[in-house]
Amino acid sequence: MVKRAHPTRDEIFEILDEVKDPEVPALSVVELGIVRDASLENDTLVVTVTPTYSGCPAMHEIEADIRDALTRHGLGPIEIRTTYTPAWTTDWIGPEARAKLEAYGIAPPGAAAGVELVPLRRAGASLRCPFCKSKDTEQRSAFGSTACKAIWYCRSCRQPFEEFKAI
Amino acid sequence: MSDGPLVPYLLRLADDRLVLGHRLSEWCGHGPILEEDIALANIALDLIGEATLLFGVAGTAEGAGRDADALAFLRDAGDFRNALLVELPKGDFGVTIVRQLFFSVFSLLQMEALQQSTNAELAGIAAKAAKESRYHVRHSAEWVVTLGDGTEESHERVQRAVDDLWRYTGELFLADDIDRAAAAAGFGVDPSTLAAAWRARIDEVLHRATLAIPADGYMQRGGREGRHTEHLGHMLAVMQILARSHPGATW
Repeated sequence: MVKRAHPTRDEIFEILDEVKDPEVPALSVVELGIVRDASLENDTLVVTVTPTYSGCPAMHEIEADIRDALTRHGLGPIEIRTTYTPAWTTDWIGPEARAKLEAYGIAPPGAAAGVELVPLRRAGASLRCPFCKSKDTEQRSAFGSTACKAIWYCRSCRQPFEEFKAI
Repeated sequence: MSDGPLVPYLLRLADDRLVLGHRLSEWCGHGPILEEDIALANIALDLIGEATLLFGVAGTAEGAGRDADALAFLRDAGDFRNALLVELPKGDFGVTIVRQLFFSVFSLLQMEALQQSTNAELAGIAAKAAKESRYHVRHSAEWVVTLGDGTEESHERVQRAVDDLWRYTGELFLADDIDRAAAAAGFGVDPSTLAAAWRARIDEVLHRATLAIPADGYMQRGGREGRHTEHLGHMLAVMQILARSHPGATW
């Protein structure tokens, strides 16, 4: 693996791609778009991250995991900075990562909450069930086991499943 | 040290969200159904998260060494600048969900406007909070329509919540010197400019929920000046006891 005094941005991202999200271990913090930038400033490795949600309780663990991974590769000193601009969006999750999510049993993000104030409860587009691939599904709640997930139910295979909800 | 309106302006934004977030968290383990318990806890987490970020910016701007924890846990009721609406007890589910509708629509409008703040940190936090608020508005609006246009019992209880809470909504839009200075400086928004849009959206939801819109009468105020209902002190006692009994505790 990379073990140089002056790693490039790509090499740092390659290392960080090994760091999985603690709540969604199918994806890395790079694939989720949580890692925004990495650069060397006066021999300090500065990694810039952005939280998925304001109150995401996993951020501390993610930062610790990033530190551990870089230290394991002999890199340091490390500084982790947090940015809120631009605001994190599920649009940053690429096609490959979406396929991994679905294989893991979490439906990839659908459409974000619309601007309409009181949409009819079941009027939104339905998601494909990650287990039986049926489209005969309904959202049970926009809020799930973590801030970034919604709860859905498949009427075809009668399996509840989660969606990585669009934001 | 900053003597300008930035710190007090940030504190009122943060206090609204921290206090309402704590009130919502009181439902954790007591929700009417599992999905709703989880939803309320999620929204509480969003609000407390937004408050933490705002407190962080306020603490840095203040330059007095107070971090987000110090601002949340080591101030007394008289130092809080939240609107009275958010500190009222959680009541029944009708009261909780009507308050969520009233505050979430206000918060969405406020945060959408604050995305244009000249303070880059505040603009970034607002962009994130606006996205979260859209989910909060949708959640509470759906419930108000479901319950208002539901059974006789649910209609009656939600209507009572609307009637009881209405007098606390005026304070959200009262602008004082701090709001006006913040708006003039470009980093804040004058809340009185949000009132018409708020009212239009609330009217739309209440109408669809077959609920009567209360007449505009006397409006309660005082939270922005630190004059609170007795409920806030009791709430803070519960919220702050751990941090005050074990200063600097970590886990």
